[in-house]
Amino acid sequence: MAIEPRTRRERLTLNILLSPTLFWLIFFFAIPLVIILILSFLDNSPNGRIVWNIQLDNYIRFADQLYIKIFIRSFFIALITTIICLLIGYPMAYWMANQSLKKRNTFLLLIMLPFWTNFVIRTYAWKMLLARQGQINQLLIALKIIDEDNVHTFLNTNAAVIMGLIYIWVVAMVLACFASISGLDRSLLEAAQDLFANPARTFLRVTLPLTLPGIVSGSILVFVPSFGAFVTPDMLGGGKADMIGNLISQQFGESLDWPFGSAISAILMIVMLFGTLLYFRGLRSGEAQS
Amino acid sequence: MTTQIPPQTRQTQIKLDYQAAEYTSFMDRLKQWLFNGYASLFYLFLYAPIFVLVLYSFNKSRFPTYWTGFTLEWYKILFNDHLIGSALKNTLIVSISSTIIATIIGTMVSVGIERYRFRAKSAVDGLLFMPIIIPDIAMAIMLVVFYNLIHMDLGLYTIIISHIAFNISFVAIIVRARMASLSSTMEEAASDLYANEWNAFWRVTFPLLIPGILGGALFAFTLSLDDYVITNFTSGPGSTTLPIRIIGMTRRNITPEINALSTMMLLTAMLLVPLSLWLQRREDMS
Repeated sequence: MAIEPRTRRERLTLNILLSPTLFWLIFFFAIPLVIILILSFLDNSPNGRIVWNIQLDNYIRFADQLYIKIFIRSFFIALITTIICLLIGYPMAYWMANQSLKKRNTFLLLIMLPFWTNFVIRTYAWKMLLARQGQINQLLIALKIIDEDNVHTFLNTNAAVIMGLIYIWVVAMVLACFASISGLDRSLLEAAQDLFANPARTFLRVTLPLTLPGIVSGSILVFVPSFGAFVTPDMLGGGKADMIGNLISQQFGESLDWPFGSAISAILMIVMLFGTLLYFRGLRSGEAQS
Repeated sequence: MTTQIPPQTRQTQIKLDYQAAEYTSFMDRLKQWLFNGYASLFYLFLYAPIFVLVLYSFNKSRFPTYWTGFTLEWYKILFNDHLIGSALKNTLIVSISSTIIATIIGTMVSVGIERYRFRAKSAVDGLLFMPIIIPDIAMAIMLVVFYNLIHMDLGLYTIIISHIAFNISFVAIIVRARMASLSSTMEEAASDLYANEWNAFWRVTFPLLIPGILGGALFAFTLSLDDYVITNFTSGPGSTTLPIRIIGMTRRNITPEINALSTMMLLTAMLLVPLSLWLQRREDMS
């Protein structure tokens, strides 16, 4: 498919095609990335000025119990979000893949519509629903599950943040799982049914391993943005430095400590890169086995 | 040759339906019923919050919580809100210009990577992949540090530049997927026909790429409209966009005006997306 650029003209074409993107990504991505990494080793004076003094203090400082707690909380919030998204998204994807081709497109569009609408709006909807006087509490009162005097405080809790993250990212999980379930070879399932005769075992031994790539890519699509989330914890978690994204933002706002903020970002990026690579490696070895 | 052969897919579909009918038992029907119920609940979960949001944009009370009666007052306030007007203008400027530029150069790089073999290919691949997996908060702070360092004033320009930087990668993913699905024999046949690579590309490959390019552009446009984090960090005074405005409004005091604004934005998305998907499919068929 791909050809070797042989003539001078072909080489020129290739250069013209690549150079705008290379220019853009080197200037507005690669160089800023390197600057952040350098900055993370520099010192900060109390008035927010950067001091050219290379050391590891910013990274050592992150080992403080306070920051480790925020890191672990972010990790668990992202993990729980991913697991719940998988548990509720996979059956939905399975259901969609079993619809007739005609209906499938309509159901897909219905899944995607909220995904295409602004996520600040969707988060705001939950802020409204979860408020003390919000519709969920009103519903609970109407159903006589709780009484008016002790309404639940949903907002500004970890549960509210997880709820908001699930609402926004579950669609990505459904779409990723759907892509791999709908690509399944039906004859394999029939053969498995003849062999095991038990639907549960067919599912565990055949369907699940074969759709693992979809599960893996869906989990990455949910976990990565949840771990680095900033808006959802800001709007539903009360705006304190609840998650690592808020902690970073704080260093560039009130705290005015760019080197420390850069160091936290570097840690976040390394975790993400490492996690993604690990996932892809696992995926490849899983494919090799099957 | 006058009798039409039904498409292969339809034949297998009929066969599958027939088999399905044969094996239907009570358990199967129960399973089907449970699954359908589950799917309905899932859609309810997706749409109920949106429905409540829209409903309370017509609420008389100044709090979007207790229903006190129907009014269009909040829409009147919304349309007279000049801050919203300028935020909308900024949003459109940023989204449209960054989408156009990112789509053009993202398509170019996709064609280059998919067509030619060169040494630095994996490096270019990596560079293109990075902005997708890096959290937006990290990208936001590295851009704001960079702009500060080169003394670039924050404003609409810096937002547009930043949006292009993350949009190129998403456009490239979608266009490359389309490019990879095209067979090279088509272009080879075309180059035999036209004898000129340039003509072969514009007459054959490019029209076949259009659905991918439109899909990429739509995705870039939505990401750009949606973005809060990177925009917030790279914006200056006077370059507020709609998502920033909405969050600002939710911080001060929540009134149904936010619901009215949300309803208008939802309506736009709900009209635009199916329309563009339909356009893409039409292109696909022709």
